[in-house]
Amino acid sequence: MNLEFSPEELAFRDEVRAFIEENYPDHLRNIGLREDLGREDMLAWHKILGEKGWSVPAWPVEYGGAGWTPTQRYIWSEENARVNAIMPLPFGVSMVAPVIYSFGSDALKEQHLPGIRSGDVWWCQGYSEPGAGSDLASLKTTAVRDGDHYVINGQKTWTTLAQYADWGFFLCRTDPDAARPQEGISFILVDMKTPGIEVRPIKLIDGGYEVNETWLTDVRVPVDNLVGEENKGWTYAKFLLAHERSGIAGVARSKRGVEQLREIAKTETLDGEPLISDFDFARKVSQLEIDLAALEITELRTLAGEQAGRGPGPESSILKIKGTEIQQRLTELTLEAVGHYGTPYYRAVADAGSNEYPIGPDYAQHSAATYFNMRKTSIYGGSNEIQRNIITKMILGL
Amino acid sequence: MDFNFTEEQGMVRDSLARLVREQYDFDTRRSVVESESGWRPEIWAQLAELGLLGMPFSEADGGFGGSAVDSLIVMEEFGKGLVVEPFVSTVVCAGGFLKHAGSDAQKADHLAGIIDGSRVFAFAYAEPRGRYDLADLETTAKRNGDGYLLSGHKAVVIGAPWASHLIVTARTSGDRRDREGISVFNVPKDADGVTTRDYPTVDGRRASEVYFENVAVPADSLIGEEGTALPLIERVVDEAIAAQCAEACGAMKVAHDMTVEYSRQRKQFGAAIGSFQVLQHRMVDMFMEYEQSVSMTYLATLRLDDEEQERKRAVASAKVRVGQAAHHIGQEAVQIHGGMGMTDELAIGHYFKRLTIFDSEFGNVDHHMKRHVSLSAAA
Repeated sequence: MNLEFSPEELAFRDEVRAFIEENYPDHLRNIGLREDLGREDMLAWHKILGEKGWSVPAWPVEYGGAGWTPTQRYIWSEENARVNAIMPLPFGVSMVAPVIYSFGSDALKEQHLPGIRSGDVWWCQGYSEPGAGSDLASLKTTAVRDGDHYVINGQKTWTTLAQYADWGFFLCRTDPDAARPQEGISFILVDMKTPGIEVRPIKLIDGGYEVNETWLTDVRVPVDNLVGEENKGWTYAKFLLAHERSGIAGVARSKRGVEQLREIAKTETLDGEPLISDFDFARKVSQLEIDLAALEITELRTLAGEQAGRGPGPESSILKIKGTEIQQRLTELTLEAVGHYGTPYYRAVADAGSNEYPIGPDYAQHSAATYFNMRKTSIYGGSNEIQRNIITKMILGL
Repeated sequence: MDFNFTEEQGMVRDSLARLVREQYDFDTRRSVVESESGWRPEIWAQLAELGLLGMPFSEADGGFGGSAVDSLIVMEEFGKGLVVEPFVSTVVCAGGFLKHAGSDAQKADHLAGIIDGSRVFAFAYAEPRGRYDLADLETTAKRNGDGYLLSGHKAVVIGAPWASHLIVTARTSGDRRDREGISVFNVPKDADGVTTRDYPTVDGRRASEVYFENVAVPADSLIGEEGTALPLIERVVDEAIAAQCAEACGAMKVAHDMTVEYSRQRKQFGAAIGSFQVLQHRMVDMFMEYEQSVSMTYLATLRLDDEEQERKRAVASAKVRVGQAAHHIGQEAVQIHGGMGMTDELAIGHYFKRLTIFDSEFGNVDHHMKRHVSLSAAA
């Protein structure tokens, strides 16, 4: 047993670090993923990585994957977190693509995988509906076969960043008479320019617009856009969710966040002393750091298991629950650290006049919005309650 | 990076697990801890025979060239069976002092006895007023010709009733709580002037209050250098903490398994209580606490030979995390067992008691949190 990287892994780390230093766009450093970024900002790094062949490292090599070991992928995410890099969005790279290359036809692979790799095509996910969130199987959107086409009708919600999307992957009911709600669902790819699709933004509590309602009215989609078999979509959806959960722990990013929190707490003062020298506050930071260390080693154990050919199994639910709890506590503590200057509503201030100085220190600007926004992490991707149900069933056997 | 046990370690684990399963069932354990002796020397002899007592020592010292990972394996199985025999005080603590700082003569004199099971040690470091501060010492060792004269009172010395020898921390100079002037001695328990008051502990072990009254010990009972022992003591205590974290993991694993199993059997309102979601999620939380504890125990164990600050940070983190988990899992296990969890008859309450006392050994959650905070400030 040992915790050290091998010489090869250290060399790999140096190579990756040098590449990021030379190629990551300067103006996007250390800003993280924020909804006030535009489409091109969010795709910039993805496109650079696409040219290098590093945009989809986890894919099988035959489809353009990097063939990295789980440890190398871990090093990769750590190095990107050092600059708070805006990573390729998951919808194409780690959600729909694994479904396409695992279950899709050769034609679908040829049509879609190159655009996902290069970052030229933006994808969104059409899973949730107003009445079907955690109980996803109760979804009502229908796809009715009409000759060579499906005709889709229904309403989806929480369609993340659909305002930029070129394509979407949708779960639709193709057999309303199936015995169980999980049966009779199909996984269909939809060109978002198809007539009958309307995307309406939903304003969230942080003031941003990262999710949408999506209406589909008599949307005609070629049957070739069906992935895998008709009525087997639930299987692919579950497969996708397991993929989504690995990597959702966000350890590298949270580690960087704790460093930033410590910096803030050295600058802010309490009773004339740096905030970090207040024991009550320092203790909360230490607790967060200790819990993060436990999560990190747990993720490394999971990766080691994967490297040995096991998983990712239900353990990925632990990573989802603990990882999102830590992200939420981190943003909460950061908001606490900035004190009064967490209060100004930065969007309103920014919109009021671009010649004004922002109010308060830079690090305080987004602290409240980020805290509000991160409440989503325990809700999306299968809520943390659903994850506990998965562990109950799959690990405890109850 | 590697989280696998070697083939040899796997074999050790299997044979120890078999011994615990076959000879350390709960009823047998209870009758032993309630008996006059409170432990089984014959089990200790079997552990020696299996080679377990020599594992973490180098081959040059007569051991098997293992590492702290071997102690982790032993202690995890000990935790599963609530084994009371003094592995930590004898092999990890006394063995640790001798291994890191013992002279050739001291090693020759004592290590063989530890490895073959004939010499049992207790570690007398705590004092009535010192709480968890390893430097807060009122016990003194004054120069006396070639040797020393020890005087003082050591508190709750675990395993002392069974020990032939004591490792004693004492002040050779300076004032109470000074970080300098601390030394470590190896004292035969039957030395003139040593008296003990023996008693059972709430978690089924045995301990003593140990009194030293002008106990004359020769110069060669000093381990390491005079007056500069604190870093050595901190290192050995960190090694003991890592080993006891592994023990706590073993105990938490069994406590959780027992709770899940009980929730399957126990019916209320016409259904197994394990079918209630509110209890399911609480058992999931216990499971996650256990997994995080295993991770932190690995981290602490693998950092023991690192640079000092790294080691201290990893060990403090582990003791905080595992201590919190031990409280959480122990309390939840009793709650989910309901009234049965309160009875002496069921094993679960005994796991709860061991997990509770784990927290206060070698510094509790608050102590190690403070340590983490000050290490972070220094970084």
